[in-house]
Amino acid sequence: MTTQTDSKANISQWLMVFWRSAAVPLVAVILALLVGAIILLISGANPLAAYSALAKGAFGTPIAFGRTLEKATPLILGGLAVAFAFKGGLFNIGGQGQLLVGAIVAAAVGFGIDGLPFIIHMPLALLVGSLAGAVYGAIPGALKAYTGAHEVITTIMLNFIAINLTDFMANGPWKDEGIVARTPAIAEAAAIPTWGNIPIGFFFAVVAALATWYLLYRTTIGYEIRTVGFNSNAAKYAGIGVSYTIILTMAISGFLAGMGGAIETLGVVGRYQPGFNAGLGFDGITIALLARTNPIGVIPAALLVGAMQAGSSQMQFDANVPFQIIDVIQALILFFVSADMIVRWIIRVKPEEGEQVTLSTSWG
Amino acid sequence: MNKTNRPIVLEAKGLTKRFPGVLANDNINLKLHQGEILAFLGENGAGKSTLMNMLYGLYTPTEGEIWIKGEKVEMSNPGDAIDRGVGMVHQHFQLVPVMTVAENVMLGSEITSGGGRLNMRKAIQNVRDLSEQYGLAVDPTAVIEDLPVGTQQRVEIIKALYRHADILILDEPTAVLTPQEANELFRIMNDLTAQNVSIIFITHKLKEVLSVADRIGVLRSGQMVGTAMPEDSTETSLAELMVGRNVILQVEKSPSKPKEPVLQIQNLHVRDDRGHASVEGVDLEVRAGEIVGIAGVEGNGQRELVEALTGLRHADSGKIIIDGREITHFNPRQITELGVAHIPEDREKHGLVMPYTLSDNMVLNKYFKAPYAKGVIMHHDKIDQNGQVLVKEYDVRPPNIHALAQNLSGGNKQKVIVAREFSTPTKLLVAAQPTRGIDVGSIEFIHKQIVAQRDQNVAVLVVSAELDEVLGLADRIAVMFDGRIVKILSAAEATRERVGLLMAGSEA
Repeated sequence: MTTQTDSKANISQWLMVFWRSAAVPLVAVILALLVGAIILLISGANPLAAYSALAKGAFGTPIAFGRTLEKATPLILGGLAVAFAFKGGLFNIGGQGQLLVGAIVAAAVGFGIDGLPFIIHMPLALLVGSLAGAVYGAIPGALKAYTGAHEVITTIMLNFIAINLTDFMANGPWKDEGIVARTPAIAEAAAIPTWGNIPIGFFFAVVAALATWYLLYRTTIGYEIRTVGFNSNAAKYAGIGVSYTIILTMAISGFLAGMGGAIETLGVVGRYQPGFNAGLGFDGITIALLARTNPIGVIPAALLVGAMQAGSSQMQFDANVPFQIIDVIQALILFFVSADMIVRWIIRVKPEEGEQVTLSTSWG
Repeated sequence: MNKTNRPIVLEAKGLTKRFPGVLANDNINLKLHQGEILAFLGENGAGKSTLMNMLYGLYTPTEGEIWIKGEKVEMSNPGDAIDRGVGMVHQHFQLVPVMTVAENVMLGSEITSGGGRLNMRKAIQNVRDLSEQYGLAVDPTAVIEDLPVGTQQRVEIIKALYRHADILILDEPTAVLTPQEANELFRIMNDLTAQNVSIIFITHKLKEVLSVADRIGVLRSGQMVGTAMPEDSTETSLAELMVGRNVILQVEKSPSKPKEPVLQIQNLHVRDDRGHASVEGVDLEVRAGEIVGIAGVEGNGQRELVEALTGLRHADSGKIIIDGREITHFNPRQITELGVAHIPEDREKHGLVMPYTLSDNMVLNKYFKAPYAKGVIMHHDKIDQNGQVLVKEYDVRPPNIHALAQNLSGGNKQKVIVAREFSTPTKLLVAAQPTRGIDVGSIEFIHKQIVAQRDQNVAVLVVSAELDEVLGLADRIAVMFDGRIVKILSAAEATRERVGLLMAGSEA
């Protein structure tokens, strides 16, 4: 029975829920832009001009918009990796390492095989790259499950290993001809195409976000992962294999990060080249926090950060504002999201119950 | 002893506290006399905590007045209450586990000797003086996390006394204590009142109130429904006042008709977390249609025994047989699937996922099975239906399947667990401390459910630190001491005295 009043009540209820979960990030972004404007004013620039140049650079033309989507793609996947691990009670700082491993392995499949049709080669490179990320993510999971080694420490260490390992591969066994340390270009059949200005990889990332949400909230695997994340004692009592679940959580998290690296390689860079993916994995932490670890929320959060990155050079060009101001605004957003008491105090929104994002719980 | 002719140290007149949509306290009047123990009884949610929080300055009353030592006071924070000599010991201790007793006691009012340097020697001496004066044996240099719960509580009391409290509010102080520790606390309370400290004591354990209180106030639905003197009261009369209807404290059950053995334990050895032998050669049998109760002071191996039975802990040697099958090294899932229901000792640690809704919690033991899941896809409509039925059947309040477990009272949390565990076909029920820290109404309900399971031919093993619970429920009583079952008595042979002696390790 669905009368009109019922559906109206449902919509207003839904809006309430939406507001309670989205209010803090939205207001945090606005506050960060305001404080950023003050900083711009102090440094003698016109904030309105700067911001409109930023917007123009991000959305002003079809090409700009395509660049925003392109920038947002690895951010979505990096953010998903962090958000997903967090639901399982784990803080995956190793997104960067998993992303690099995914990127270089995707490149290897891309340049190493010849003669496959697109319909096989591209998905294969994407899948193998993502799986490489999964394996690389499963290592800290196994270390945690069997030895108790804290994943924050081990994933940071594994980031360094990944950086050096990929540098070595790109400058050694997998080095292209010539003096530049980089792998050969991937085969055309392995490249993820664009559709007009729109990178197809972006849709893969969106599908990954929806799939992550579904996995977490609609499957027994997600139920087990969340149960272990909230209360591993209760999980054990319920007969859930806690060690297995921890490894699986980290593997899926690594899969998502690896997919980010693979799409970047196959869709944007066209090969593996050291330094090209620097920082993408770490931006994932920002995105996950801004999205309050909600897999769907990761999409707008990544679009926002992607737009700022895409528009920053236009801003520098038009308004003569150093692009580093974008880093400042990004840091301010993170600051206001983390210090959500400030935002809540300003807009008087009570914290959502239950799933509060407190990363410190992960430190046990 | 009647102490009502002594001076009044604390008085509340017409105290009312309204929260949006809730009248938590309604026109409450109370008087506390010097050196008196005033006990407050009430079910969970009756308004005890609200009242105490007003007296301690955590809440501001909506209406009414508080008078302390003849002076009308307006308190806006606990600091105001402490300045007037009111101290509170919360149910959950406010101690820093890694700091010493003396450091904890002086925290917030440190003794310094010039330039902000801490004077630990003086602090230690002060704690020592206080513990001698009031008979609170505590080593000031011990680290909190190494101390048993009962001793930690004494540190909380010393903290209040150190701040010159002469009115103490103890919020459910015995909920976390063993019977021995509780008796020790009552002795301390008597020593304190002998030195003119006045005490407000909150509990829902009737026996305690009768043995320790000078006067009893009963709260129900935010109202003071009566005051009583312990000498004129019985457990039954107090329970009725508290719940507002007839309460059956005695568990009603017919004689058991035990059938085939369901659980057989043979020469079982289990170690505790630190690797010490904890269960040392237990033999026990539980038959279908009977309740076997394990009585014993906590820490005599009961926890390890239950965990070994339910697959949560590895057994060193010996055999556990359920329904003719050896399950000694089975995992929890395999054991559950044999039809073993488990009410865990610690409902918040093991029994529930606090940030989950009730309906999610109510499938914790069957979320992976049809109709709740097909393959890996969960069916939330079925999960919600299950929740809806159980919430109704087990009278969980609030009856909202989307409420989070963490927002329920202790009794209702326990009902969620009981509902879930009884909702699958059961051959063996292992119930550890099934009614710890919950209100009389819920206890009565859960006891009834356990007996109903027995009458449906389930084999039931109840482990409880409450001797009365074991005596009331069990058809046979196994007394556990020092890792062994020292004696198995029939319900008829088991008197309080005899079991009590056995629990203390002396043969009877």
